[in-house]
Amino acid sequence: MKRPFFNGPKRLGVFVAACATLLAIFVSTTPAHGQNPPAQPPAASPSAAAPSKPDPTGANTGLGLSTSTPPVDNASPAGLNAWSADDVKRWSKDPKAPVTNADLLKALDAAGQNAVALNIVWTLITGYLVMFMQAGFAMVETGFCRRRNATHVMMLNMLVYGTGLIGWWIAGFGLMFGSVGQLGTFGNASILTQPNLLHPAIGGHDFGIWGTHAFFLRPSVYDVGVYTLFLFQMVFMDTAATIPTGAMAERWSFPSFLLYGLVISIVIYPFYGSMMWGGGGLSTLGVNFGLGHGAVDWAGSSVIHAVGGFVGLAGAKVIGPRRGKFNKDGSPNAIPGHNIPMAFIGAFILAFGWFGFNPGSSLGASGGNMRIAMIAVVTMLASAAGAVTACLYMKWKTGKFDPGMSINGFLAGLVAITAPSGFVDATCAVIIGAIAALICIWACGFVERKLKIDDPVGAFGVHGAAGIWGVISVGIFADGSFGAGYNGTGATEYVLNGVHTGANNVPLMGVTGCLHGDWGQLIANLIAAVICITWAFGSAYVYFSLQKKIFPLRSPAADDPEEDLDQAEFGTIAYVHN
Amino acid sequence: MTKVEAYIRTHLVKQVQDALEELHVSGLTVSDVRGMGHSKAVTHTFRGNQYVTSLNPRAKIEVLVHDEEVEEVVQSIQRAAHTGEVGDGKIVLYKVDDVVRIRTGERGDTALK
Repeated sequence: MKRPFFNGPKRLGVFVAACATLLAIFVSTTPAHGQNPPAQPPAASPSAAAPSKPDPTGANTGLGLSTSTPPVDNASPAGLNAWSADDVKRWSKDPKAPVTNADLLKALDAAGQNAVALNIVWTLITGYLVMFMQAGFAMVETGFCRRRNATHVMMLNMLVYGTGLIGWWIAGFGLMFGSVGQLGTFGNASILTQPNLLHPAIGGHDFGIWGTHAFFLRPSVYDVGVYTLFLFQMVFMDTAATIPTGAMAERWSFPSFLLYGLVISIVIYPFYGSMMWGGGGLSTLGVNFGLGHGAVDWAGSSVIHAVGGFVGLAGAKVIGPRRGKFNKDGSPNAIPGHNIPMAFIGAFILAFGWFGFNPGSSLGASGGNMRIAMIAVVTMLASAAGAVTACLYMKWKTGKFDPGMSINGFLAGLVAITAPSGFVDATCAVIIGAIAALICIWACGFVERKLKIDDPVGAFGVHGAAGIWGVISVGIFADGSFGAGYNGTGATEYVLNGVHTGANNVPLMGVTGCLHGDWGQLIANLIAAVICITWAFGSAYVYFSLQKKIFPLRSPAADDPEEDLDQAEFGTIAYVHN
Repeated sequence: MTKVEAYIRTHLVKQVQDALEELHVSGLTVSDVRGMGHSKAVTHTFRGNQYVTSLNPRAKIEVLVHDEEVEEVVQSIQRAAHTGEVGDGKIVLYKVDDVVRIRTGERGDTALK
């Protein structure tokens, strides 16, 4: 998702072509003014490599795009500004005042800036929607837990927003996106273009793993585009960070949890995320090794959900089951949640927020990014398929249309469609969502009965298992209609199943799965899935195990039948008699 | 006939119920109650302010038994609800004049079968 718009020639090309068309219309309908032809291009013509200055107001963001076409006159760089009040006065005095070539450049700049403004507004609004998903997570998790620990579960969801955001500001954002490249949809600013760590490496290929810039949002990145990206990616990171609070609910010691918020936002999440979205190694599998478009994850089935799910699984394993969850013979007991309607409302809030999650991941709405309409539709279809499948499967399996599993299946459909949502059609979305629900139910049972890990809300099944299915499904179902230029691949040249199709010699090649003929894409995404599981589970397991040796991971109140976490950790119980 | 009424810790309801089912009591009633006794008050906080609740949550179990079973039932409850800490609760016995099974109109001991 993120990458193509930072270096996606197709969308930039579409935009430049639109600007050129606009320019041609203006030129052909405007009388000549007898001005001299340009002696040379404007000195300020921005080149892709030139680092931009941060733009804290946005006044200049997007202006450069229109002038990336050949200039039509010798307008000075000072002329490359949006219309001023003086211009408006001039036209209001004399509506028939001739339009100068400088006016044309201003018109192009206005068009370019409006497109960027639209992108920024879209990204911010979808970011706000994703932020609201925190409420959904809080309600699903709390509804699925016992009333005695309701404050505790809510508190985890609230404070992971706090600690996560602080960690993201300190270093998480910089490590993940500090070297992402040009901010394509946000005006193409070249602020985050410093090379990745490990650049170049591995046989001369750039295999970056971590960004190296933008820590603490220092003044060097005081830019509207960077801040927009920060907000949008922050709420994504927080989604991953909040998933383990469900898997480890009802027993997590609060001090341990506070530290965890920093660890996941600074270390665990950005490492894999940078390799996928920050310009790192997995995203360059296409450019460097000819594997499809590199590992493709549109909105984060693996980057967010699978990472969160596997961190949660590792945490739940290390922290141990809730008291009374497993009998001596290892058979599990049901510990019913205390507020099922709350869980339903939370599920709907999540589904609503997902309209920010997937369509927002275009980071823009102008030009080729109007694909957001398809993305929104496949998102809702997959969730519907997930809910229906889970509900019917549970009826067949247990005799009841299980509401709790219906919620899980509903969310599993959403999680799975997150990665392929940019690249598949409606039919594939239904298939992906339905399979996700089955995988989720199977994974929940496997974790509980075989692994003997207590995951109170099914966070691993919903996010971990369905997330991995989602990222693999890109390599299967993607139909090639979108994503030419994604990760720098497919706009002008492409390697299809090992055969190099030559530069500037192929039609635009969108992200294509094996069902449509490209096995390289499937291989790239399988590599990403394996690295995701290994890193997320491994690093979290090591972290929680080490942390446990230093101070308690598990609240003592979790093992005292008389105590509850609400009273022991906070002194504030959720449902007071008064 | 006797009514045995036990005030016990809420998390021990399951154990007491299991113990009574082993004795084949004909039925029991459980209520969530709050009360005070010798166990100490709990301090809660709300937005920085502390307040004390001396009424702690407990469960009340009521069971009707034949007179010859009373001792067995009382001991069984006492064993199952015992932790040794202050606040384990009380068992109270009442003489019962009569019992009516609403469905059939049976009276007395036969209504408890």
